[in-house]
Amino acid sequence: MPKIKLSEKTIGLIKDVCADFGNQGSELINVLHQVQGKLGYLPAEVQEVIAKELNISVAKVYGVVTFYSFFTMIPMGEFPISICMGTACYVRGSEQVLAEFKRQLSIEVGQSTADNKFSLNCLRCVGACGLAPVVMVGEKVYGRVSPQMVKNIIAEYKEGCATESKSA
Amino acid sequence: MEMINLTIDQKPVVVRKGTTVLKAASSIGIDIPTLCYMKLDDMNIENKPGGCRVCVVEVKGRRNLAPACCTEATEGMEISTHTIRVVNARRTVVELILSDHPADCLICAKSGNCELQDMAHHLGIRQIHYQGEQSMYREDTSPAIIREINKCIMCRRCETMCNDVQTVGVLSAVNRGFQAVVAPAFEMNLDHSVCTYCGQCVAVCPTGALTEVDETGAVIRALSDPTKTVIVQTAPAVRAALGEEFGMPAGTLVTGKMVAALRRLGFDHVFDTDFAADLTIMEEGTELLTRLSAYMAGDQNVKLPILTSCCPAWVKFFEHQFPEMKDIPSTARSPQQMFGSIAKTYFADKIGVKRENLVVVSIMPCLAKKYESSRPEFSVNGNPDVDFALTTRELAHLINLGNIDFKSLPNEEFDQPLGESTGAAVIFGTTGGVIEAAVRTAYEIFTGKPLPRIDFEELRGMDGLRKATIDFNGTPINIGIAHGLGNARKLLEDIQAGNSEFHAIEIMSCPGGCIGGGGQPYHHGDAEILKKRQRAIYSEDKNKTLRKSHENPYITKLYDEFLGAPMSEKAHHLLHTKYFDRS
Repeated sequence: MPKIKLSEKTIGLIKDVCADFGNQGSELINVLHQVQGKLGYLPAEVQEVIAKELNISVAKVYGVVTFYSFFTMIPMGEFPISICMGTACYVRGSEQVLAEFKRQLSIEVGQSTADNKFSLNCLRCVGACGLAPVVMVGEKVYGRVSPQMVKNIIAEYKEGCATESKSA
Repeated sequence: MEMINLTIDQKPVVVRKGTTVLKAASSIGIDIPTLCYMKLDDMNIENKPGGCRVCVVEVKGRRNLAPACCTEATEGMEISTHTIRVVNARRTVVELILSDHPADCLICAKSGNCELQDMAHHLGIRQIHYQGEQSMYREDTSPAIIREINKCIMCRRCETMCNDVQTVGVLSAVNRGFQAVVAPAFEMNLDHSVCTYCGQCVAVCPTGALTEVDETGAVIRALSDPTKTVIVQTAPAVRAALGEEFGMPAGTLVTGKMVAALRRLGFDHVFDTDFAADLTIMEEGTELLTRLSAYMAGDQNVKLPILTSCCPAWVKFFEHQFPEMKDIPSTARSPQQMFGSIAKTYFADKIGVKRENLVVVSIMPCLAKKYESSRPEFSVNGNPDVDFALTTRELAHLINLGNIDFKSLPNEEFDQPLGESTGAAVIFGTTGGVIEAAVRTAYEIFTGKPLPRIDFEELRGMDGLRKATIDFNGTPINIGIAHGLGNARKLLEDIQAGNSEFHAIEIMSCPGGCIGGGGQPYHHGDAEILKKRQRAIYSEDKNKTLRKSHENPYITKLYDEFLGAPMSEKAHHLLHTKYFDRS
């Protein structure tokens, strides 16, 4: 595993999150949730800082990170794409939508594109079953997605409209 | 105290509130089978994840079977422990475990000592009705411990030992579902982790998932090499446990038979690590007195308390976890390494054998000793002071290979000059022993008077943390003792915070000290075995004519002929070491 060096700022940010939860080992899941929200992922070095701050073993932190599929040790792309695999979305064809995303981006679930622009993940139900199948890019929700629409969705983010979509 | 009435297999039983069904049953002689569950009585060590479901019982009025190990007895409960439903469930559980377990029992290192094998036998399983995916996890070999995770049944005992008892925190369950394994952080190999190789995970593993690195083959090769002189040293705790491997009751002392067996195996000289333990006391005791005298003379820079340094797992523990305190422990090498160092200089010269042609084998109750002997600072030009460190269990294998009927062996004596030892050295094998041995010598040197009594009962026992004040003829010396690294951590944190009043502290990594080492015959959760070994150690001490290290005539001779005096330059070079920051 290649070592990455965390900046002082990142370390400070992690420490702040831990402190917000009273540096309690029992708050591990909340801490991981927050830190991943801020950093996008939980590399080994981040887990080491968290373990130290919460006074628990790194093995325990890693155990929790690998138990929940929500947590990831791989950096998410600039635009994380999530395809809902909940029952409603699934029966309305989200699997074909996912297949099309994989084909267009040439990556598998849990991976990022080489330029780190997109990453692909599955999730379970965003509570918008009426719009099934649902795809999320960052915070933006796309409803009634068909495989034919995939190309256009990706295109939206390819040409420098980053700021617009981020605020969406 | 509220009492609970229930019936188990129609027998009425009264237990205290809070008692588990498992314990209630055992109190009336009903032995419910368990697999993941483990409890070491009086040592505060319990593993009950309720994971394996082998201990399920039927509770009248309850829809589901209940795991006896973690179900509390309640008023009026009616328990059945072996109905057809229970037995079938138990068999199903074990068959499912076996369906994802390598079927290599015939050649498994744990065969004959495996609790899963025993359980399959107990339940009469002759067929596995389930076929499914097989776990395929890589094998991990370190200097002391082999992890063969495909044999893991997720009982979590190793996790309990590593985290709750030892507070080392290397092992944790990682990943999910079928992929779940017990592993170090980021699934790195053990030798990249902060593992101390204390071997307590191996000591409690029910299957062959965690075993020691077997070096018996290398030792047999050395023994059959005519160009090599092969000598052996035996640690104090081995003689109090080896007999168990041959069906003798726990606590049987087999010193003489062990010596006889080693001689029959072909070792050229059978020596005793106890000799080096006496030497350790000379060095460590002198170091303690030097620091104490400086402290009393008002030297503020002197490092107190002094901590013992015989235990290699403890050494690795503080190098990883408390590197800023690495100048507090005694610099004295462990007895194993002192022996190796003296054997390959003093003794090699005496018998006119070149260092390269002298092979030093040690028999240890310990897995960390394998790692210790491989530390680069304990070798000269790549030739290690101790070539091979075998466990008590490995020695038993060797004896079996040698077609030696252990029980009928006569009692024989160690060879000289490195085989003579005192009672002080023998008690190194149990918690509290090293510091008692040090006190026996330090007292007489410090006060210049003979000890009024030799047995320091106040330093003995099985409590994880103990303390005592010994009157050095008007000077009170505060002694602390910890066994189990979790207890050691408490003492270290006190020192860090400046709250420690101790002058000297003994630390042993394993519960009970070396008698409970990771290389000893498996105790299978029976703490009584450890206590019996401890009693055996103290009785060996009592039966010795010489019971203080400084009275060992061969030690005196070694200083006269070779080393000069304790802490001399030569002694420093050969018998002391330094520690490294591994954080």
